[in-house]
Amino acid sequence: MPISADTVHHIARLSRLRIKPESMPLLQQDLDAVLGLFDQLAAIDVSEIAPLFHPGDPQLRLRMDVVTESDQRTAYQALAADVSADLYLVPKVLEASKGS
Amino acid sequence: MSSGHMITASGLLETLRAGIASKAFSASALLAAANQRLSDAAPLNAMITRSTDQAIAQAAAIDAGTLQLGALSGLPMAHKDVFCTSGVRTSSGSKMLANFTPPYSATIVQRLENAGAISLGKTNMDEFAMGSSTEHSAFGACLNPWGSSANPLVPGGSSGGSAALVAARALPFTTASDTGGSIRQPAAFCGVTGLKPSYGRVSRYGMIAYASSLDQAGVIAESAADCALVLQTMAGFDPLDSTSVDAPVPDYLAALKHGAGKLRIGVPRFAEQAGLQAGVLSAVNAALKTLESQGHTLVDIDLGFADAAVAAYYVIAPCEASSNLSRFDGVRYGYRAENCATLAELYERSRSEGFGPEVQRRILIGSYALSAGYFDAYYLRAQKVRRLIANAYADAFKQVDVIATPTAPSVAFAIGSTLHDPLAQYLADVFTVGVNLAGLPAISVPCGFSSALPVGLQLISPGFSEARLLALAHQYQQQTDFHRAVPPGYSDFPSTAEAMQS
Repeated sequence: MPISADTVHHIARLSRLRIKPESMPLLQQDLDAVLGLFDQLAAIDVSEIAPLFHPGDPQLRLRMDVVTESDQRTAYQALAADVSADLYLVPKVLEASKGS
Repeated sequence: MSSGHMITASGLLETLRAGIASKAFSASALLAAANQRLSDAAPLNAMITRSTDQAIAQAAAIDAGTLQLGALSGLPMAHKDVFCTSGVRTSSGSKMLANFTPPYSATIVQRLENAGAISLGKTNMDEFAMGSSTEHSAFGACLNPWGSSANPLVPGGSSGGSAALVAARALPFTTASDTGGSIRQPAAFCGVTGLKPSYGRVSRYGMIAYASSLDQAGVIAESAADCALVLQTMAGFDPLDSTSVDAPVPDYLAALKHGAGKLRIGVPRFAEQAGLQAGVLSAVNAALKTLESQGHTLVDIDLGFADAAVAAYYVIAPCEASSNLSRFDGVRYGYRAENCATLAELYERSRSEGFGPEVQRRILIGSYALSAGYFDAYYLRAQKVRRLIANAYADAFKQVDVIATPTAPSVAFAIGSTLHDPLAQYLADVFTVGVNLAGLPAISVPCGFSSALPVGLQLISPGFSEARLLALAHQYQQQTDFHRAVPPGYSDFPSTAEAMQS
């Protein structure tokens, strides 16, 4: 079943991406082709198989409970588009969400 | 095409290192030559950012004796733009990070600098390492030096800039990264040697993430001997990378001298692979004959589930990418869309304007495969198939020491020829992605030509046996000179004082 425009809009919303109407048909076509490739996986019997999330199944390493990081706030905030009084500035959330 | 200058069996880097140590030429002269060659190679569009001033100062300090000589002292290089470099722009090939200058360096950047290597800047790449042609770069497509203005070719990708610069003999080595073949395939397309180490062998700290369980840093150089010297510095445990493996690093140069011994080389049934070019097949078969003539035994093997590797990879990698790239929101760093009324609009427009089409496509695929109702059928199933693929390699390595395949089914293709068919580009990763899924080391070595373009032989070995791979590749390169072939119109990297002045 071809992927619908509604589905693409849904995953775009989950991805925080905007799809231009004119790019929708080609995007649907590309996604369909790739999802078709995934159907190969359905043919393989994996009933007794545990997933492999990382090569070698590594165990999470523990470290000593000591402070190793120094304060880098100034250096990190220098990279931001909009900062004031040590805070990252973004458009207002509460007022803007009233109408939505 | 062939070369006239003297390079010892231990490679170009060893020759350059000896030249500096014996004061046959200065680090500054070597650096100036490399910098000039980078300017000459500018039409390839292989560099995103050049950083010359600091490099000149480093070379001068080495010549003055104020910088201690390390294993790579005075050797010029460039980093793939996926590695954070303190004070030098790091874009990952994206508009999203076009103005991003990291406040710290990747561990491998630091290690190479500590060893005395001098970075001349950052190489072009597919945006966020997603692609196999280096056409998906916000800084424009990179060209393969084996192409021409009449016949422009891709250098492969995503480490296309790193491979193109070594092939053009503008730099003796470059760093690169490999998530599904991004070191090996461009090395094959450009006729140079590319090593993807085992997952966990080289730190990922400071390497901008694409798919964290698959990403691995490595090196591209003229020869396996050169790769060995650079890996020696790059490899090793790093507490800053939680998946770094705390295991001793063997002496790779000693392994080259010791030799490969007599190995059993497994040959999967790749001849019937759809899309495999006849010229690639015959070059690889000839390489296998050479290896046999060197005393190794060829063994036919069956790599079960290999066909499913591309499907599993193109589920897992986009899933991890969609998660990793959620950090780019226009708030803390990176591109920010202007005049946004709401926070939701800020996120959506910053990401839609900052990411290119291929990155957006992969984020969407990943979000889809991770979304409610599809997680088990796609993501979880792909990770189970991944274990089957890893098990198949493990079973094969009970019979053989090394597995040999073509690196890519084709030679370098024309710019623009696959850009509108993403699935075709994905399917061409058939020989490389399984290695990443299983976390294995692999190397691509030049093994001949098809239609006058380089062909790569891929050698794969069990986890953490890079020494075996390098020794075998080195032995092969002692008997062949495909890795010494220079593209038409280019010349060998200078290795004497006279050559550096001319």
